[in-house]
Amino acid sequence: MRYWINHRAKLIIVFVFFCTLPTIGEAQGEEDDLLALLGDQEVVDFTYATFKANRIINLHSIENTANGVLDIKISHRFGFINGGFSELFGLDQASIRIGGDYGITDRFMVGFGRSSFEKTYDGFAKLKLLRQSKGKRVMPITASLMASAAIKTVEFQDPDRVNYFSSRMYYVFQGLIGRKFNESISLQLSPTLVHRNLVRTSTEANDVLSLGIGGRVKLNKRTSLNSEYIYVLPNQLAPGYRNSFSIGFDIETGGHVFQLHFTNSTSMIEKGFITESIGNWLDGDIHFGFNVSRVFTVR
Amino acid sequence: MKQIITTFIIAIVAMVNLQAQKYFSKTGEISFFSATAIENIEAKSNSATTVYDSDSGKLQWAVLIKSFEFEKAMMQEHFNENYMESSKYPKAQFKGEIKNKEVIKLSKDGSYTAQVNGTLEIHGVTKNVSTTATFIVKSGSITATCNLKVAVADYGIEIPSVVKENIAKELEIKVIANYEVLDKS
Repeated sequence: MRYWINHRAKLIIVFVFFCTLPTIGEAQGEEDDLLALLGDQEVVDFTYATFKANRIINLHSIENTANGVLDIKISHRFGFINGGFSELFGLDQASIRIGGDYGITDRFMVGFGRSSFEKTYDGFAKLKLLRQSKGKRVMPITASLMASAAIKTVEFQDPDRVNYFSSRMYYVFQGLIGRKFNESISLQLSPTLVHRNLVRTSTEANDVLSLGIGGRVKLNKRTSLNSEYIYVLPNQLAPGYRNSFSIGFDIETGGHVFQLHFTNSTSMIEKGFITESIGNWLDGDIHFGFNVSRVFTVR
Repeated sequence: MKQIITTFIIAIVAMVNLQAQKYFSKTGEISFFSATAIENIEAKSNSATTVYDSDSGKLQWAVLIKSFEFEKAMMQEHFNENYMESSKYPKAQFKGEIKNKEVIKLSKDGSYTAQVNGTLEIHGVTKNVSTTATFIVKSGSITATCNLKVAVADYGIEIPSVVKENIAKELEIKVIANYEVLDKS
């Protein structure tokens, strides 16, 4: 037989083969980066801290209060700064909202508040539908839905006519689409519908459509410059009402976020700052204001 | 026939002994603890990766900063955003070796103390560290533990004066891994 190899030779071949195997393996395994042997571990890398707070200024931001966290917010808007020295540039007056937001899950939060302006109570719920992420799953935007209701409890303007309780009610539906472009720049669009059960004249729309635009630029690790503008589509509001524009800073210190800003809106809830802003920036009808937020981990 | 079997056994034993054995874990646990009079802060990651090469004594670790979980969501956000800047420095890693690799026999039950030397990179800053780790081998399962202290200031992590009293200057770091044999195929 041509291919016959004797028994001993066979054994030697087998032995040599096995002895050299590990050597071959070792020669290949001389990498400096041992962890590379485990392969790339791709994980979903969620974007966090698109905004420092769950409000840009007046507008809701795409941030949610985390699961089990209570966020107490105290917000002030002082008078118009064009009140001059006798009004101490508006500081003599203040419109206040005291409220609390609570995270039921990391994606679903509710909030409640009471505004001094027209003695209004408001409640809202916000649900995060999409989370911006990269890595294993790529999602370019964060998207949320927000719905709120407000009850104006101030006396009716005309007590002689038949006034229904429902006339005190306002509803808001809002979509929030945001993206953190890089460490410093985040932008957000907020198409919004404000429904008002009662308006003063028939020329005013009950359903007001608007588009909010907001963004921030981070100035350093703990400070950002924020701004927002809400464009109300034409022919919906009575003459004299203006689009809301605000600019301000977020300053973060440990468990607090201070938001200091200038705005032409007096109200701090959607139905107010979107449909009832009267200040004209060019005339100096500007409120200085702040939101102070303090979080408590409840559970 | 007997001869063939004997040769095979010898060959296999020789192979196992000669081959550089590597061990790994993808579920390494790294936790750190900051204790001050005001508050205790603790965070933990369960997804650190590590490989140990028993032949060369080389040991490496890596962990994603974002994988650390805190009790308070805001702490976690601040940890990533303000202190560790995890989008800029996504990983912390250790590259080093076990100096006394000869005494650590991971194929034999027992408890071994390893002298570990190497470099630790956190927040983009690399420092030399040396510490001891314990390997416990019990019926085939290998558990390694290590405790070390890391000074926050050594790694260029700034702590603003407002919270200076809340965060310890030195953090206690605890590392645990269950190593498995790395099959190269």
